[in-house]
Amino acid sequence: MVAVAVDRLRVVRGGKPVLPDMTFTVESGTVTGMLGPSGSGKSTVMRAIVGVQRIAGGRVEVLGAEAGSPPLRRRVGYVTQAPSVYADLTVRENLAYFAKVLDAPPDRIDRALDIVDLRALERRIARSLSGGELSRTSLATALLGEPELLVLDEPTVGLDPVLRRDLWSTFRELASGGATLLVSSHVMDEADRCDRLLLLREGHVLADETPASLRERTGCESLDDAFLALVESR
Amino acid sequence: MTARVTFATAERVLRQLRRDPRTLGLVFLVPPVLITLFRYVFDSQPAVFDRIGGPMVGIFPFVSMFVVTSIAMLRERTSGTLERLMSMPLAKLDLLVGYGIAFAAVAAVQASLTAAVAFGPLGLDVNGPAWLVVVLAIANAVLGMALGLFFSAFARTEFQAVQFMPAVVLPQVLLCGLIQPRDQMGPVLHAISYVLPLTWAYDALDHAVHGGASGEVARDAAIVIGITVAALALGATTLRRRTA
Repeated sequence: MVAVAVDRLRVVRGGKPVLPDMTFTVESGTVTGMLGPSGSGKSTVMRAIVGVQRIAGGRVEVLGAEAGSPPLRRRVGYVTQAPSVYADLTVRENLAYFAKVLDAPPDRIDRALDIVDLRALERRIARSLSGGELSRTSLATALLGEPELLVLDEPTVGLDPVLRRDLWSTFRELASGGATLLVSSHVMDEADRCDRLLLLREGHVLADETPASLRERTGCESLDDAFLALVESR
Repeated sequence: MTARVTFATAERVLRQLRRDPRTLGLVFLVPPVLITLFRYVFDSQPAVFDRIGGPMVGIFPFVSMFVVTSIAMLRERTSGTLERLMSMPLAKLDLLVGYGIAFAAVAAVQASLTAAVAFGPLGLDVNGPAWLVVVLAIANAVLGMALGLFFSAFARTEFQAVQFMPAVVLPQVLLCGLIQPRDQMGPVLHAISYVLPLTWAYDALDHAVHGGASGEVARDAAIVIGITVAALALGATTLRRRTA
């Protein structure tokens, strides 16, 4: 089943086409990695899928409905690149507010805190947290509604290796529970943890395949090299 | 719009304010101090204080809430929390009314404190009831909030947002009739004063404290409420689900 269908998506910003014409689909119940250098359009595609990006053409269908349509606001979780939480509230107060907005029962707050391992810091004011702790708070917020689709824009930036590994296994668990995850990253070693990879460059999809087939096609062992090989062969 | 989300938003905004006791202290203490200052600046002309002291009590919340809202809303816009909320099942009205409830509550405390000082120790003498001044002050706070929300859309930084205070609020204070009766201003300014929101807020206060006909107070208050609704609607157009 297709969870996300992006069809001839076109986004123009400041007169410049950021995404000239993009088409791809994401299967439900999978973890799809969106990789590419900064400026390749990862965040813009994600914003279009969540429905907060103004688009100039094409269609984005999410869970069978038009991206951004009101019924989807409960079913899609979104974590922006910059942690979007209230700096002057505690971790728990942030989650409690967003839980009310999502109409999620209070016990989900504890669950979300456990998943991102923030129980010990729940009384801390967000402003006093480290960068990694802040992005985990932001991630926990997106988990509150137990969304069917989770769109995560660089969720592991600034996290230590242990936490990164733990988060990726969380993503895996969520996917086996039936959720679909779209995760962007510019760290290639995270690509191996995905079912499928979308390699983006300058607003175009360079590759849309499994890590294994990407290796096979390019004849490169490391995905870093595979990416470079693709860029240079164009 | 759902009551759950609206009240959760109001509670969240109040909680944020409580986390910032210095701002709250300034919001509550500056107006009583300023009105005291005013009283003794005109120590030899008690009639001046009696004329404009009452309306001043009701105008402070307008100024405070304009500034507080424009900064708070700018933070929502720049921190990404607004984008997050816009991707969630939250109606724009939940956000607007939530902010409105929170700031009206703060304004109620602010106006009561200022009124207590003015009518108590400072001996402000007016014909109308003091409670009416407080009620009108709360309405003005919501008006200031609505305008602050709208103008926050035109600021990229907090420095810019703060400059909207002298740019948007000060001219209205000058032209509303507080400093000088409007019919004694230059004809151009007099004409302009009719379209400025604060003019009607001041008129209502002026009629209230000087025992004007209750019909006049009601008319001005209705105009203030109308402008507030229009400003909120205008502010709502700046809350976009989709941005470039």
